[in-house]
Amino acid sequence: MIKTTPQIEVRNLTIGYDDYVLMKDISFTVNKGDIFIVMGGSGCGKSTLLHVLTGLKAPKSGKIFIDGLNFASASPEKKKDLMRHCGILYQSGALFSSMTLAENIALPLQQYTDYSDKVISELVSLKLSLVGLAGFEDFYPSEISGGMKKRAGLARALALDPEILYCDEPSAGLDPISSKLLDDLILDINKSLGTTFVIVTHELASIFAVGNNSVFLDSGSKSIKGYGNPKDLLKNPPNDIVLNFLTRGEKEHG
Amino acid sequence: MELSHHISRQNMTVTFCGDFVNYTDDKAKESLYDSFEHTPLQSLDIDCTGLQKWDSTLVVIICELIKEAKKKSVTFQMTGFPDSLKRLVDLAFSVNRNPPPHEDISLPWLEGLGSWGVSRWHAFCKGIEFIKQTFASLGRMFIGKAVFRRVDFLFALEDCSYKAIAIVSVVSFMVGLILAFVGAIQLRIFGVEIYVASLVAIGMTRIMGAIMTGIIMSGRTGASYAATIGTMQVNEEIDALRTMGIPVTDFLVLPRISSLIITMPILTMLSDFMGVLGGAAVGVFMLDISVEEYWKYTYAALKIHNFLVGLFHGFIYGFVIAICGCYYGVNCGRNADSVGVATTKAVVSSIVWMILVTGLMTVIFEEMGL
Repeated sequence: MIKTTPQIEVRNLTIGYDDYVLMKDISFTVNKGDIFIVMGGSGCGKSTLLHVLTGLKAPKSGKIFIDGLNFASASPEKKKDLMRHCGILYQSGALFSSMTLAENIALPLQQYTDYSDKVISELVSLKLSLVGLAGFEDFYPSEISGGMKKRAGLARALALDPEILYCDEPSAGLDPISSKLLDDLILDINKSLGTTFVIVTHELASIFAVGNNSVFLDSGSKSIKGYGNPKDLLKNPPNDIVLNFLTRGEKEHG
Repeated sequence: MELSHHISRQNMTVTFCGDFVNYTDDKAKESLYDSFEHTPLQSLDIDCTGLQKWDSTLVVIICELIKEAKKKSVTFQMTGFPDSLKRLVDLAFSVNRNPPPHEDISLPWLEGLGSWGVSRWHAFCKGIEFIKQTFASLGRMFIGKAVFRRVDFLFALEDCSYKAIAIVSVVSFMVGLILAFVGAIQLRIFGVEIYVASLVAIGMTRIMGAIMTGIIMSGRTGASYAATIGTMQVNEEIDALRTMGIPVTDFLVLPRISSLIITMPILTMLSDFMGVLGGAAVGVFMLDISVEEYWKYTYAALKIHNFLVGLFHGFIYGFVIAICGCYYGVNCGRNADSVGVATTKAVVSSIVWMILVTGLMTVIFEEMGL
């Protein structure tokens, strides 16, 4: 039996905008080394959940424990300290357009470490090599393709060797080959660095390719309708909503 | 194309014959719908046996008929429909035609007014918080702990310094010219046109130079700050900064605010000079005042305290423009339209705040005897 250690624990979390509730009282646990998928239909609150998990948005109620510490109610300093161990890959890459790729990746290193310029430069080259962009240090984001932007965004997210990496729709807008390459990269990084991934996506191919644990958010009931390995959820769907989603509505329960 | 219908024994048969492409005969359609509505019917037969080419204008008529038939519980049948047309009609009815009821969020007027007041108060507090954070960033900058790149500061400085010279010069020259021209008309009545030189010199150095520079820079640079930072918000770059723990006011606001408060007084000086030059053009070429005499009166009217008050206005305007531009950029929504809204708000609010601040400073300087 594989020993699992909880890394992110979400307890009775309620999220939403103003008076509108997107998800009510949801709870789940992400274990160390998981590639955890947050899936669900459009508008169910996946990205909002990610914003709450990364501290960009406050939850309406509930608790989020990261390595046992309550992130949701932590002071800004404590949050900053916890986020030091987290990287984020945004849907658009979110690279700073006025900076080269090297400058983008160097920014968190300059912010959080006392490394010399030489060490930072070496680390930047290493991170770019890891994502297959060696030699692209002096390119600006506008000079590279969408898939490369995602890879560069991943390199920046990996800059500080994070223990947790949040990814918002990593394969959105990518062609199938680039999407597959990015999935492979996520698997490689997970295996080689032991990084925990929390991936928000509704791309079925990616869900089955990389995910080993998941939650399915349902906008109708504002709750979790499926929890577990996506492949197991497909084999033994807990309900028609999850089955419909995982089979693109092509199979019916039973 | 032919659209015909006939009724017998409570059965209506509607026949479509020939090509139904771009069908626009509203009279025929109205007559059909009228008959259908006002005749007691039990069944409807839509016959497309003779149909050749067709497009969506035909589908609209058929769907309308089916919808009405369903409403009146009239049984209907489709005869001679091409497969593609039948599939399209089925598709049109397969989607949910009853959207969820739209929540009415309108409030009674008193509650609405209160809600508006509360939202304005929250916006005001948000603005104050942003200014506090900006001052904290300025404080960190002075002790060398702010997180911003020198290159960003240099780019911002370049944008609001020599690149703004041309527009500030031209507009200020024209303002000086207009000021002199309007003044001369009044002063001529008393035969003292020579005082045009004093009017322009005092007017430009005391306030007009700073105000004109402020308005130009608000439209040029303030708008650009809001658009640039707003686009960064749309592209999630600001989220990335926040999650990296980098204060947005350090990284994005400091380079812009510091470059604008440095360059605004300098541009104000340029504006003063160009305004006086514009006034001189009117004095010398229209009022036949000699250059020496114009200069003598200008020099006599120039007072150091007026000049310094003007520069101080320029400095404060620089702060106001940068704060408004950056605030609306950082608080921009997440779509292209929001960037336009943020830009407009930045320009409008910076001009309004400049005028309000000018009023306040005028009272203060008056009390100080300046």
